[in-house]
Amino acid sequence: MLEIYKGALEVKEIESRWLDLAISQNCGAFIKFVGIVRDENSIEGLSFDIYRPILERWFESWQKRADENKAKLFMAHSEGDVLLGQSSYIAGVLSPKRRVALELIDEFVEDFKASAPIWKYDLVGGERIYAKDRSTAIKGSGLLA
Amino acid sequence: MVEVSFLGPIQEEPISYDVSNLKELSLILKKDERFSKWLENCAVALNDEIVYDLNLNLKDGDKVTILPPVCGG
Repeated sequence: MLEIYKGALEVKEIESRWLDLAISQNCGAFIKFVGIVRDENSIEGLSFDIYRPILERWFESWQKRADENKAKLFMAHSEGDVLLGQSSYIAGVLSPKRRVALELIDEFVEDFKASAPIWKYDLVGGERIYAKDRSTAIKGSGLLA
Repeated sequence: MVEVSFLGPIQEEPISYDVSNLKELSLILKKDERFSKWLENCAVALNDEIVYDLNLNLKDGDKVTILPPVCGG
């Protein structure tokens, strides 16, 4: 389940809904990762652009992989501005077994960082500044160079 | 014509080019200073599928997307 929201995530509402699903599906393990915007480099917050068509394909490919282990993936992400102390990203794995969920959340979040078509900007003085130094070139980059 | 979109921080509107393969598109974009500095770190998608082969042919109506380095979360 992939959810995109304008602005900050309502973490408690989203988690509660996902947890209800975990209980209703008789799954023994639900693991989540919540990303929170922290105070660093004098930023006021972060801002995000998302390209949904490729993000949706990327997520579907991960869900297919999770299906092999009877696991279900969840992801919520913000588009636009998210201020300090707010959440911009939640990833979750629901699985009958603990070990599957623990391993999958690690791989899923790492590949998200390297591959998901999302661009981050620091909010400084009301301006959006591309977080170039913290960004990762997607595998296969440089094809047209 | 092939429509090329430039995502995220590149901040340019989509442009249509009359090209028949990715090699031709590469030659055009390398000469355009708005895009040349980005190309080394950009992935390329053809009709929303990331591609890895410069020899791919393009047909009328294809959509090419240029994806600069990402950082979600």
